[in-house]
Amino acid sequence: MAENQASVIRQIVDQFGKDRSRLMNIVRAVHVKLGYLSEESIGQIAEALGIHRVEVRDMVSFYAFLSRKPTGKTVIRLCNAVVERMKGADQVGEAFKKALGISFGQTTPDGKVTLEHTSCIGLSDQAPNALVNGVPITNLSPKDVPMIVKAIRDGEDLLNLPQAEVDLNVRKTGDVIFAPMERGAALRKAISITPEGVINEINKARLRGRGGAGFPTAMKWDFCRKAQGEAHYLVCNADEGEPGTFKDRAILSECADLLFEGMTLAGYAIGAKEGILYLRAEYEYMLSKLERMLAKRRHLGLLGENICGLEGFTFDIRIQMGAGAYICGEESALIESAEGKRGAPRDRPPFPVQVGYMGQPTSVNNVETLCCAARILEKGGEWFSKIGTKDSTGTKLLSISGDCEHPGIYEVEYGITVAKMLAMAGAEDTQAVQVGGPSGRCLAPKDFGRGISFEDLPTGGSIIIFGKNRDLLECMRQFTEFFVEESCGWCAPCRVGTTLLLKKLEKVLEGHGTRRDLEELESIGKTVKTMSRCGLGQTAANPVLTTLSGFAGLYEARIKSEDYIPSFDLEKAMEAGLKAANRTLEGVHA
Amino acid sequence: MSKDTITFTIDGAEINAKPNQTVMQAADEAGIYIPRLCYHKDLMPGGHCRVCTVKVNGRPQSACTFPVNNGIVVENDTEELNALRRNIVEFLFVEGNHFCPSCETSGNCELQATAYRLGLLAPQLPYLNKERELDASNKEVYLDRNRCILCGRCVRASKQLDGKNVFGFENRGINKRLTVDSPDGLGETSLTAKDKAASICPTGCLVVKRQAYQTPVGKRDYDKTPIGSDIERKKATV
Ligand SMILES: Cc1cc2nc3c(=O)[nH]c(=O)nc-3n(C[C@H](O)[C@H](O)[C@H](O)COP(=O)(O)O)c2cc1C
Ligand code: SF4
Ligand code: SF4
Ligand code: SF4
Repeated sequence: MAENQASVIRQIVDQFGKDRSRLMNIVRAVHVKLGYLSEESIGQIAEALGIHRVEVRDMVSFYAFLSRKPTGKTVIRLCNAVVERMKGADQVGEAFKKALGISFGQTTPDGKVTLEHTSCIGLSDQAPNALVNGVPITNLSPKDVPMIVKAIRDGEDLLNLPQAEVDLNVRKTGDVIFAPMERGAALRKAISITPEGVINEINKARLRGRGGAGFPTAMKWDFCRKAQGEAHYLVCNADEGEPGTFKDRAILSECADLLFEGMTLAGYAIGAKEGILYLRAEYEYMLSKLERMLAKRRHLGLLGENICGLEGFTFDIRIQMGAGAYICGEESALIESAEGKRGAPRDRPPFPVQVGYMGQPTSVNNVETLCCAARILEKGGEWFSKIGTKDSTGTKLLSISGDCEHPGIYEVEYGITVAKMLAMAGAEDTQAVQVGGPSGRCLAPKDFGRGISFEDLPTGGSIIIFGKNRDLLECMRQFTEFFVEESCGWCAPCRVGTTLLLKKLEKVLEGHGTRRDLEELESIGKTVKTMSRCGLGQTAANPVLTTLSGFAGLYEARIKSEDYIPSFDLEKAMEAGLKAANRTLEGVHA
Repeated sequence: MSKDTITFTIDGAEINAKPNQTVMQAADEAGIYIPRLCYHKDLMPGGHCRVCTVKVNGRPQSACTFPVNNGIVVENDTEELNALRRNIVEFLFVEGNHFCPSCETSGNCELQATAYRLGLLAPQLPYLNKERELDASNKEVYLDRNRCILCGRCVRASKQLDGKNVFGFENRGINKRLTVDSPDGLGETSLTAKDKAASICPTGCLVVKRQAYQTPVGKRDYDKTPIGSDIERKKATV
């Protein structure tokens, strides 16, 4: 067996050209073949690649979808993100536990089924939901569970389950993304002008990145084009991991043609021969359709050599699968991951446009950004710049979920107010709106007149609505838990600070908090925000910090009243001493 | 002054630096101490601890990785930054299990000395009290993960200075831990006491065996002068 296993592993390693940078593909293939990655397999992979076992273990242990323990033939991953729990994921979880006779994190005694939790899988508009061996099952209710478990036990094709369906849920289309396209038109327009001309057109459109930071796309491409290197790379970021975001899911399933058109003309603009689509593991169910679209475009001469008949214009796209890590949406972590390493962000400078994938100039762009670029080439930068607001041109896809009648994807013009957005989604009695997911901000009704745009309320697209009966601080606790789960652990403020934030918040929510704890929450939060290495840590305290300022009353109501005693009297000084003693005791119990 | 000299300020003082230097390197040469834990002058910077965070033109940046540039305005020794740094050091104390009085590194420990220098007397935050393994399987070097701050110095030193790969990390987030290049313990790796990695740990996590208490308490590195004094002494001569 061991010999046999070693030869299986050697074969897989050979298949990827003994290339260390393809370690992600190698370990994924071994995982599929052997069911998990044992310490023995890790050693054999290292040996076949001629690297140290510690490097392979470092990488493998990072990703949620790579298991180092044997798992069942079927792995059920129930999503327990905030919206899913609002819609009853906990009850569905109980039903699975009962039907399988195991808890989360366990495998049935017959070794057949493993039950796990996972963070947002990009289906919050059809919650609760789960991935069963990668197949999405949606709109679950506890009464569905026995039937699903029976189908799994009977070895039936999961795709035949009535719940194995992803609703498109595009509720509002616009002129940029969800509009008809003529395949190849934008690309032919692009190659009729120079690469600089393409960048100029994008510049005229004043396109800004849709992935979150809002960096001007033309400027990014221009930097990348001008940077010296042996090769240039175009990377499309399809990691979409922010809880409550699912708009790229709709593009990937409905507008892949537009996306690949955008990637190809971006490759032309920056001088890249290779493009990589980094696809999150949760979206693997779309992989074969995407591959077919690539094959079709190759067949039509829209990918490969001498594209559209232009001598010397060579460009092709490969899809790189991820393995379950929110941080891999951060562009430098994504590059590390695509190079076969743990998804740890890099320090900047240098920026990816200077030193990116394989140390070469690389432009990383969001799925939606690249679609906008294709449409701009087709219809003109001038046309695009007239949509939206002055600093936020074009349309934006919003993923709306939570307490509303019509969750789904809306293509809106930038500038739309929160109030209008709520009306559109059929939300009533709204207590708060989370704009931009956990890493964004929690907005109180007094701010519902504000608009979605880079200059006012920026968002990658996640909009989560909390009705008036929700325990808002409990939702913030769950967001904080998400960051604890997803911190990469590289730097101290985020690695430790997120856990400390969670502990403090839990203390307050359990009714044991004092005013001093609120002050400490704020101080820990500021430390995590200011001192962390990357965007994850810099935003991880936002659920706490934005509610401490916007919903202070909710916290006040949860802390002990004796702390309202004014400071600087003798009694207070005594109390402080006692409290200090108390705190130490609590620390011991914690 | 050569035209290749870069000029900028740290807390208002004018600094001259060479191109390609980082803010940390330039500050060290100029005799200005920027607190740090994971940085070591012989290693590529790791950017793990963030204690060296300064503000460059108002934005927080790690001094160990940020390149110098003409005219940048760096803030370092400010009340705000020192308070934030103190918080990080406190985070590191409560993440691990540190009982200084019974630790053989006490007095030579950069974590302890940095805490003192920043005015952190006793951690106020709750200890996480996580179980962390000891590894005594190597004949010459002892590993006590209770004191590991995941600074990665040993990882980088083994790779960059010793040409080995004895150390690495495992897992992510708060579960991240130091791991070694063997199926089991440090005893099966090629690590020896002579490796640079064996004596580069800023804390008492990784120590060469049978050297404890060779320097008596009271005469150790930071017993007499605070951490950073060696750098600041240079200022007199610059
Ligand atoms: C923690 C974290 C997660 C991110 N996740 C994504 C993501 O899923 N998709 C994305 O396009 N950008 C994500 N980003 C932003 C990327 O780093 C990067 O800015 C973006 O892909 C650039 O593309 P754009 O210029 O088209 O917006 C994330 C950033 C951080 C800090
Ligand atoms: S901020 Fe968090 S996610 Fe980013 S590098 Fe630090 S530990 Fe990793
Ligand atoms: S490693 Fe340093 S901080 Fe930790 S116990 Fe030892 S002396 Fe104290
Ligand atoms: S063992 Fe020491 S040098 Fe290595 S990571 Fe831990 S604290 Fe740093």
